[in-house]
Amino acid sequence: MNRILKNREILLFGIIAILVAGFSSRAPGFASPKNLAGIFNDTSILIILALGQMAVILTKSIDLSVAANLAFTGMAVAMLNAAHPELPLALLIVIALGIGSILGAINGLLVWKIGIPPIVVTLGTLTIYRGMAFVLSGGGWVNAHQMTPVFLNTPRHVFLGLPILGWAAVAIVILVYIMMVSTFFGRALYASGGNPTAAVYAGIDVGRTRFFAFVLSGALAGLCGYLWVSRYAVAYVDIAAGFELDSIAACVIGGISTLGGIGTVAGTVLGALFLGVIKNALPVIDISPFWQMAISGAVIILAVIFNARAEKRRGRIILRDKAAKTYSEATA
Amino acid sequence: MSAVPEKRPIPDRLGTSFTRALASWEVLLLGVAIAIFIANSFASPYFLNAWNLSDATFNFTEKALIAFAMALLIISGEIDLSVAAIIALASTAMGAAAQIGIGTPGLVCIGISVGLLCGAFNGLLVAGLGLPSIVVTIGTMSLFRGISYIVLGDQAYGNYPESFAYFGQGYVFWVFSFEFVLFAVSAVLFAILLHATSFGRRVYAIGNNAFAARFSGIPVERVKFILFLLTGLMSGIAAVCLTSRLGSTRPSIAQGWELEVVTMVVLGGVSILGGSGTIGGVVIAAFVMGLVTFGLGLLNVPGIVMSIFIGLLLIITISLPILIRRIKSGNPA
Repeated sequence: MNRILKNREILLFGIIAILVAGFSSRAPGFASPKNLAGIFNDTSILIILALGQMAVILTKSIDLSVAANLAFTGMAVAMLNAAHPELPLALLIVIALGIGSILGAINGLLVWKIGIPPIVVTLGTLTIYRGMAFVLSGGGWVNAHQMTPVFLNTPRHVFLGLPILGWAAVAIVILVYIMMVSTFFGRALYASGGNPTAAVYAGIDVGRTRFFAFVLSGALAGLCGYLWVSRYAVAYVDIAAGFELDSIAACVIGGISTLGGIGTVAGTVLGALFLGVIKNALPVIDISPFWQMAISGAVIILAVIFNARAEKRRGRIILRDKAAKTYSEATA
Repeated sequence: MSAVPEKRPIPDRLGTSFTRALASWEVLLLGVAIAIFIANSFASPYFLNAWNLSDATFNFTEKALIAFAMALLIISGEIDLSVAAIIALASTAMGAAAQIGIGTPGLVCIGISVGLLCGAFNGLLVAGLGLPSIVVTIGTMSLFRGISYIVLGDQAYGNYPESFAYFGQGYVFWVFSFEFVLFAVSAVLFAILLHATSFGRRVYAIGNNAFAARFSGIPVERVKFILFLLTGLMSGIAAVCLTSRLGSTRPSIAQGWELEVVTMVVLGGVSILGGSGTIGGVVIAAFVMGLVTFGLGLLNVPGIVMSIFIGLLLIITISLPILIRRIKSGNPA
């Protein structure tokens, strides 16, 4: 099974390489290191968000509220920066992580303690969080001239050919990778999604693991809130609308099974980069950006079909969602 | 992950406490509806007016049309998050047809056929290929609306024939709009389908235990396919009504409706885990949501703030029965 997964990442990497080569034959310079660094930088926020989403999906859950969390947290730190320019950036980032974690913890608590299905919880909190962003801002915008230069420019600062924003993504990829392969929590994520019953017998608190997966997803979404606002130099209620779908798409393309327990950090990063390459290539090859939504949709469907094929080789799973139900009833 | 079905408690008779619990949920909901009605009539002097109340029904009739089919789908253990995107695609197809001069009957046929086609596509992927419906319909949601964006971009379609306006703006009798009559007729039809036919029993059986249903000789895949088709059909009909009411089509039409439809179904007492729920509950839930949004609208509450209430309503109505059951069983942990 490991070999299939490894093949999958190599396969995805190959597809991305072919795409880049194809686009650069149409538009010379597309494959230049500078442009590729630009694409990576452009995809950084999606990569960070998708890693949080991955942790949640691994536990057989889903977090639809990440983009709303991003919008609320982004608005909150932007307003804080506009109102109190003297606050240091580090503090604002800690605040962003904190707000994001709290919003994620609300999702996690509802899933863990009350036992509401994650999709319902996050469908609800998606509208609530974005509504709160409206209430917080009164529908107003925070524009570039209201933000301090440090707040605005730090993620743009270029270091070794890549802006800090891109380096932030690299750092988080490494951190999440270490967490996934060599911490108890990381292994518990896989176990509680792969086989919740066995996980309980192995001494893993599945509900708690889910809760912390939501907290992680929330914290990363909060961090992305700051990164998004400073990158696009504006905060308003509708930023990143629908971006939760992109984060799920990145995971599904990267081979994260929505049935839980299967997936890797590398797959998620490649899945996000796949979307990033397509998004950046569309204008280069003269296709209207309006095509992007339909392409993402088609790619999600194809990836789901592909994933199901890959999993089916291990024997057909009947009543796959019943296990989770029985589990939630057992803990209720 | 084992293929062996795990033990799951199934009531062997739909006996006393089970039906009573269901009944009490609907009675509770009816009480909420009446309370909101009374609160609204005190809060705003414009509320208690036959024409205003008739206007209020437009808030929920189109969503409720989809909610009936969605209720069946959720009872069977699946979900369709692409319904709003189906509306966008069907509306775009009707708009394009209207530009080349196709008349009202043709437009209605096109809208409904696009709905059916989208439903068939979802059904094929979920029932035919055995894929999880949540992810599939998140994908088709983005695909269907994406096609609308490709066709329309930042443009809009207008110029619908005058007679087309009847579906969303016409009145059958006094204050009873075409949409409201359609809502009432669909409610009765779906109630009969779910509660008085063998097809309805099959839907419950699949939702309670698809494994056992299969061994009882129920063609699980075919029933699920039909349910997706039905949801597509109702989304197509809703698209006709909404397009007719607005008189224009933008790719962002009906954005976020999937959430409101699911909320309506769950608020109506349908278990999100499948297996239980009634059409009567969904009807009352439609009135509750319509009254809440209309009442807040009369008080000049912005739409996005209303969505906070809808989200809270969704989470609270799902938590309450779980918490109550937990307290009853004496295990409050």
